Amino acid sequence: MTRLYRFARNLPAGILMLVTLALPLVVQGGGVPMPDVPKAKRHYSADSECVAPVDEMRKNHMEYILHQRDETMHRGIRTPQFALEECINCHVPENTEVRAGNPEHFCSSCHTYAAVKVDCFQCHADRPVKQTNFHPLTSGRMPHHGSDISNNQESLSEETLLVLTNQGGKEE
Amino acid sequence: MSEKQDNQLSRREFLSGSTAAAGLAVAPGVFLTLTAQAKPAGQPVSSENRWGMLIDSNKCANGCTSCVSACEQENGWGSANPTENKSSPEQKAQWIRKVTLRDKETGHVQSLPLMCQHCEHPPCVDVCPTGASFKRADGIVLVDKHICIGCRYCMMACPYKARSFIHEDLQDQLPHAPRGKGTVESCTLCVHRVDRDSDKAVPACAEACNSEGHRAMVFGDLKDPDSEISRELKNYGGEQIRADLGLNTGIRYRGI
Ligand code: SF4
Ligand code: SF4
Repeated sequence: MTRLYRFARNLPAGILMLVTLALPLVVQGGGVPMPDVPKAKRHYSADSECVAPVDEMRKNHMEYILHQRDETMHRGIRTPQFALEECINCHVPENTEVRAGNPEHFCSSCHTYAAVKVDCFQCHADRPVKQTNFHPLTSGRMPHHGSDISNNQESLSEETLLVLTNQGGKEE
Repeated sequence: MSEKQDNQLSRREFLSGSTAAAGLAVAPGVFLTLTAQAKPAGQPVSSENRWGMLIDSNKCANGCTSCVSACEQENGWGSANPTENKSSPEQKAQWIRKVTLRDKETGHVQSLPLMCQHCEHPPCVDVCPTGASFKRADGIVLVDKHICIGCRYCMMACPYKARSFIHEDLQDQLPHAPRGKGTVESCTLCVHRVDRDSDKAVPACAEACNSEGHRAMVFGDLKDPDSEISRELKNYGGEQIRADLGLNTGIRYRGI
């Protein structure tokens, strides 16, 4: 009985603490604080906002990501639809300083709210990263032959260098 | 390699631009026609391929570390990931390293890149208690870091010292090369490139070696008799490092 009493007495303080801790929460119509989830950059298709219906993604995104993880890791299937990389590309702004763990980060906005810890970003990129297959350090250069062929018209024309350097870019 | 006729310009030579005159003559559109037989993104890898590499130690230039830097850049380790800064040099990840050999008798010095040999019978997979260390159908040996518990048995079992353990929290990993504290990693044979376009793919190390003009590394499908690597191996042979272990490595060497 006393335990219940103490719990009830501490409840308002607890709620207050929760609310102040989770600053980016917005209070909506019913008075329930909701996480302020950053908007995605684009819609997946004309008929669908996300890669699956939004309700479904809210509830079950982890199942999709987990399934895709094993498909990619073990079977080499790299379709973009349920790839974590594409979630990040669409939901996290480029060049942001906000990292996973910060409640302003798309994933953390909800995960902080729900107090569910994710460990994805111990290994995975938490922000979009521009990728190229072109290595500025190595392509077209031959330092061990005492020359840099980008300056050497006899070896490669500018046109060829363009082909060599641009074709490796990632296709969207 | 020198026996090859000019009109049999391989895709790798073309991409690398190391045969400059021929590269000039071809328009950019040619690249598109080369992708015709690539594995569709939604299709799993199959045991019809076995990816491997042939490394000619005689062509590998002493002191050149282009393959190593290219791997760092491509996969975001070493100099390409400054957040791994608390580990000592011995602890830091090393996916590929240059090894220099000196013959005590003759004084002959040669060098070669050494990385995961993508064994057909990989000891790292045998000893792994969790199934994290595994071999794909196409012969590429990987660590599933989602499952890896960081016990490091595989590091002890690997005869080639190919694996590294991550000792500290990392940030800014590349999307196609996730890596993090408490897990083991090694050369993936640029699996993300292979999956994206198996027909055209060249690992970053081999690409850099080509760009340097050394052309010491040939990547390809060991099960395709017409691939450059298979033809080279058939005509001129290639050796495994520690062939006595019977691991049937996917990486073969020449001149060792
Ligand atoms: S070289 Fe080492 S890590 Fe690579 S497959 Fe063989 S045993 Fe495993
Ligand atoms: S460190 Fe990871 S991959 Fe290596 S044996 Fe242990 S669980 Fe397997």
